[in-house]
Amino acid sequence: MSLAQRMAIENPHITAVAVEATEFPDLVRRYRINGVPKTVVDDRVEILGSLPEPDFVRSVLAERLPKDA
Amino acid sequence: MSLLSVADREQLRTLLTGLEHDVRLLFFFRAIGCELCPDTKRILQELAEASPRVSFEELNLVLEKDRAQQYGIPDAPGIAVVRAANGVQEWDPGIRFLGAPAGYEFMSLVEAIQLVASGRSGLSDESRALIAAVTEPLHIQVFVTPT
Repeated sequence: MSLAQRMAIENPHITAVAVEATEFPDLVRRYRINGVPKTVVDDRVEILGSLPEPDFVRSVLAERLPKDA
Repeated sequence: MSLLSVADREQLRTLLTGLEHDVRLLFFFRAIGCELCPDTKRILQELAEASPRVSFEELNLVLEKDRAQQYGIPDAPGIAVVRAANGVQEWDPGIRFLGAPAGYEFMSLVEAIQLVASGRSGLSDESRALIAAVTEPLHIQVFVTPT
């Protein structure tokens, strides 16, 4: 959650939600959560596990960055 | 009875020392059918007791539907971490917690308070440049477990 919330601090368009998986089985089913931490961006991009900052930021922004960025 | 040991409470006070702005935790609860809402309230009470800069507000998810929607809180317990002064919201950076912030998530919440109080992400210049290019809503959900 740390890097996601740091991204939210940086940009007013970004929201970061930590979801306690065991308490929300409906969301776990909807996003097919098989392990944690799992990050879901805009219901499309999925990131499994923890990543170092540069990789996490690029993965979260995968669909927003120009291909050569 | 406190959820935290005396040593943990002391450590929490240290972590929350020197916050630069007031932080308000908006706690959305359900009066019925929310097993973890009472525990969540106690956790938020511990945080509010640990720093004069931290306060929390209880909002009934059913009665305060509009505010729940405004903050994008679909269920309880849910928490929005915002900057506020004298009860007036100054800044909502969009940080939310769904579920009781216990175990590992407790530290995430403490960190969220520190981040919202300072307004500094601590990310590298390269990351910040990439993030600054986002011009449309981007919703990040991080699924976690308490341990």
